[in-house]
Amino acid sequence: MWTILAINSVTFGGLLFLLSAGFSLIFGLMRVPNLTHGSMFMLGGYIGGSLIASWHLPFWLAALVAAAAVAAFGGVMERFLLRRLAGSVLAQVLVTLGVAFMVSDFSLMVWGGDPLSVDAPRALAGGTRALGVFFPTYRIAVILIAVAVAAILWAMLDRTRLGAMIRAGVDDPEMARVVGIRVSRLFTIVFCLGAGLAGFGGVMGAPILSVYPGLDFAMLPLALVVVILGGAGSLPGSLVGSIVIGFIYNFGLVMVPQLAYFILFLPMVLVLVLRPQGLFGRAAP
Amino acid sequence: MTALAIRGLRKSFGGLRVTQGVDLAVAPGERRLIIGPNGAGKTTLFNLIAGDLRADSGSVALFGTEIAGLPARRRAHLGLARTYQIITLFPKDTLLRNVTLSLLGLSGLRWNPFVRLDRQHALIAQARHALGRVGLADMADRPLAETSYGERRRVEIAMALAQSPRVLLLDEPFAGLSIDERRDVAALLAEVPREITIVMIEHDMDVALEFADRISVMHFGAVVVDGTRAEVVADPRTREIYLGE
Amino acid sequence: MTARRALIGLAAVLLVALPLWVPGNYDISVGSEILIYAIFALSVDLLIGFAGLVSLGHAGLFSLAGYTLAVCLGAGFGQPAAIALALAVALAGTAVFAALSLRTTGVGFIMITLALGQIMWGLAYRWVGLTGGDNGISVSARPAPFGISLAVPSHFYEATLIVFAGAVFAYRVFVESPFGASLRGTRDQPRRMTALGYNVWMIRFSAFMVSGLLAAIAGILFVFRAEFISPPTAALTASAEPVLMAISGGSGTILGPIVGAALVELVKNVASAYISRWNMLLGGTFVVIVMFMPEGLVPGTMRLLRRRFGARPPAPVVAAGTAERKPPP
Repeated sequence: MWTILAINSVTFGGLLFLLSAGFSLIFGLMRVPNLTHGSMFMLGGYIGGSLIASWHLPFWLAALVAAAAVAAFGGVMERFLLRRLAGSVLAQVLVTLGVAFMVSDFSLMVWGGDPLSVDAPRALAGGTRALGVFFPTYRIAVILIAVAVAAILWAMLDRTRLGAMIRAGVDDPEMARVVGIRVSRLFTIVFCLGAGLAGFGGVMGAPILSVYPGLDFAMLPLALVVVILGGAGSLPGSLVGSIVIGFIYNFGLVMVPQLAYFILFLPMVLVLVLRPQGLFGRAAP
Repeated sequence: MTALAIRGLRKSFGGLRVTQGVDLAVAPGERRLIIGPNGAGKTTLFNLIAGDLRADSGSVALFGTEIAGLPARRRAHLGLARTYQIITLFPKDTLLRNVTLSLLGLSGLRWNPFVRLDRQHALIAQARHALGRVGLADMADRPLAETSYGERRRVEIAMALAQSPRVLLLDEPFAGLSIDERRDVAALLAEVPREITIVMIEHDMDVALEFADRISVMHFGAVVVDGTRAEVVADPRTREIYLGE
Repeated sequence: MTARRALIGLAAVLLVALPLWVPGNYDISVGSEILIYAIFALSVDLLIGFAGLVSLGHAGLFSLAGYTLAVCLGAGFGQPAAIALALAVALAGTAVFAALSLRTTGVGFIMITLALGQIMWGLAYRWVGLTGGDNGISVSARPAPFGISLAVPSHFYEATLIVFAGAVFAYRVFVESPFGASLRGTRDQPRRMTALGYNVWMIRFSAFMVSGLLAAIAGILFVFRAEFISPPTAALTASAEPVLMAISGGSGTILGPIVGAALVELVKNVASAYISRWNMLLGGTFVVIVMFMPEGLVPGTMRLLRRRFGARPPAPVVAAGTAERKPPP
């Protein structure tokens, strides 16, 4: 019972990481909390689910196509809406919120009000029994994928030129501009990347959470909380924040189901009171 | 009693020690000029005195009252006023409203949500008077955004003087002004009564030297030379800092 | 100035007489709804327009008052006691909201208020024992002050109008008071305000409390009007609507949020008769307003009128940072 709960918590944490890593990077770099992020997660789930159900695409191919589609959507949004409002963060936030409402209604129109359930790939269905505990294969796979994505992201940020530019932009956008980094192109890349990750996370989450109207605004606050916990633009922060929230949410659901959503936000409150810049964020000078 | 007594004031950002043990004593009514090369820590010192930054250690006393631990707003109430190197005003409001806000800051009226501000005739008359002191009475109802840089500098000084401070900190009041504007501001400062002690950071020596009773030279976050104009000019360390000899 | 007075007088007469000139009870009820949302929009705009703080969690406060009222009435409290408790609980909730969200400003403030609003939504939705979850809570009786039954739509409308008029009057006094000037100062130059002797945090906190009070009043009226409350009242959409009302009508004015509330509610009512795509419309309007008319309808129209009648064009609105010329080094 507790072991399976723990596995579920880590799995949910992994999904949250896929969601919040991009949110955190976008927020860290552009200072814009992308309120469309939950919608991108949901959109990914719907697109991937439809590709699997109606087009009979293999699960992984569907996941990649969905991620690419959502990344493209993110790119369009950044280029044609956010770019025009450069300099006014408030306006940008409100636009992302407006787009989120539109996506929510659009999805309702296309996919209807019933949840779309997606089967896990057949190879990963079922589970293994070891040491008297049942390990569901798909959930373990999601954990591994999240770890792999974290490793790839970390390597990308730490080892590549693009990563160095992103880090410079997160640390000090002014300075990045001064040393000749094309910040505007960086914004587009990071926005696409974050959107794609969220879309990919949506497909990964579909067999576990299913995809339903309202998933977008259920996931969005979780991304906010993870970033408030972990600090903006911090990859380790996102990872730890995601796992913490994964545990609190799953254990909360079992132990105090009526207040699960409420206790989810308690760590955020604590962090805000004790350490406003987030667990891993740097202190402001 | 000293108007402003600073002892052992220190401040670091990360590993960078910007202020390292500043000692400074300014007598009541004195006009003190602080000079030093860029990056010497002059504006940081002002921020520490005014409370925009908190010192890591050391003491700042205003007429014997220790203020280093107080928030900036409390220091304003104790008689400390300042102007900024980069003018910081309320561009959407009129000149009169700018000065009124300054007066309101020290008045208990600022918490009152039940009366109309534009009916507070005593306060507004006081603000007009303060604008008159800097020669801007006839522009009082103009929005700040429509004024020139020199006029804004004078509005800033009017706001500081309106609070009747005991110690006034002026951060480069002549920066960015034309020759005529400098002369106007200098004349205006010369008329400030001696009840107000003035500490000024300035690069323009022509105007500033005339104004100062005593001069402190800052270098690498500390006061290196301190004395009358003649003493400081004659001091070899001053030449060293300025001419790199 | 007299033209302005005449216009306000005319508007007042039209508002008071609204039950006489609209076709039916349903329209009177829409009138009440607009007034309630106008109070809510003013509440949100007190923070946006006068403090420079955008809250995306105000539906949490609105519904906290509404739910408290519904729960208390369900538990058998009298109307006055239930209303008093609803106000008290909502103000306590506002204090928590304010204390947490004012740890930051700007974007951080938006994120925290959004998260806090979602907490309230989560509670409304999941705490089934108290809130009835998805089914919501029905309230059977409207109050009957001085023996006048507010169950009659036109009576309820007039009562709402009285509260609305009181709120607008108080709001006007508030924003033109010395405290209102202090609040606007903290919006434009918080650091300068501190140096001038103002307690910026406390000013913002106090403004937040006033805003919470207005949101609570709107929430209480809302429950009495609908005789029902359910989780969508606390949803993010419900927090976004008053923000849209404020910025579409014209943030930082009094008339703006009221006009915005009327427009949004009318569009919502008209649109819902034909299409069920309210979210699409809401989102689309948001994007269009922010992209193309950021100053809002009321100031935009005023500017056009002023130009039309040949008055001096208003001063260009200069952002705080751009008005300054950096001194040469």
